[in-house]
Amino acid sequence: MALAVVVIARSRSLFTVIILGGAYSFLMATVLTVLDAVDVAMTEASVGAGISTVLLLSALYLCKKEEAAPHGRLWLPLAVSITTAGMLVYGTLGLPAFNDPAAPIHTHVVPRYLNDVMRETGVPNVVTAVLASYRGYDTMGETTVVFTAGVGVIALLRRRRRQKQDASA
Amino acid sequence: MTLIGFLSYAITIFLMVAGLTIVVSWGNLIKTLVGLGIFQTSVYLLFIAPGKLIGGTAPIIDPRFTVYSNPLPHVLILTAIVVGVATLALGLALVVRIREAYGTIEEDEILALDAENPDDGGPRE
Repeated sequence: MALAVVVIARSRSLFTVIILGGAYSFLMATVLTVLDAVDVAMTEASVGAGISTVLLLSALYLCKKEEAAPHGRLWLPLAVSITTAGMLVYGTLGLPAFNDPAAPIHTHVVPRYLNDVMRETGVPNVVTAVLASYRGYDTMGETTVVFTAGVGVIALLRRRRRQKQDASA
Repeated sequence: MTLIGFLSYAITIFLMVAGLTIVVSWGNLIKTLVGLGIFQTSVYLLFIAPGKLIGGTAPIIDPRFTVYSNPLPHVLILTAIVVGVATLALGLALVVRIREAYGTIEEDEILALDAENPDDGGPRE
């Protein structure tokens, strides 16, 4: 996965970048399956590797295929990134270790969900139960976000078609 | 904290910083969006990795299992993936529009064109 990321950063051909991005998403879906997040892995494989790649390729079809030569000011962003990395490493020193059953994430609200979900909702898949039942309003708000994005895309691209018609008329 | 316990955070941080570097330093707009996607997936990992319990199973209630991984981060990240693809679609539509107005998707070329025509905020086609 790290290799894919480094090649994405180095490659100048945008087609390579996009296909590697899709492969990276599949790798991420595999990792998520190993981490027991099967719902997320399925979504990542279909949305991240499928829809995102198709969207990027269709945008690439309308744009130039090659990236221009990079300019020489690479050290400043790199310095900013490395500083950020150092701060993040310092931050993780205070976090609980991997696979720690006593971590707050496992003791706070989740045991209640796991114990009562069958009695309260009757849905064996806890992720679905939380998404559609306990947090149903949030999911409804999420569809509003997707709807707004769709409206934005249509508004941006429709104007273009009208201009093309004007030019041909 | 042992080294193994820190490994998932190390991977997350590497991906996050790589995505950040691509977003900040490369001028091509499509590549910037791919970098943003890498940054987002590192956040998925940041949320989901602490929820894993070795020996646990996916959070689907069944009498045969007693230990489950934490379902709450999965819910959050499902929402994040869908919102992420919505922002990606909107960003790509903007890139296509910029390409039509300017004829390029390189950031410094766009800035140069803007500097040539300061009055109307960019050339018309």
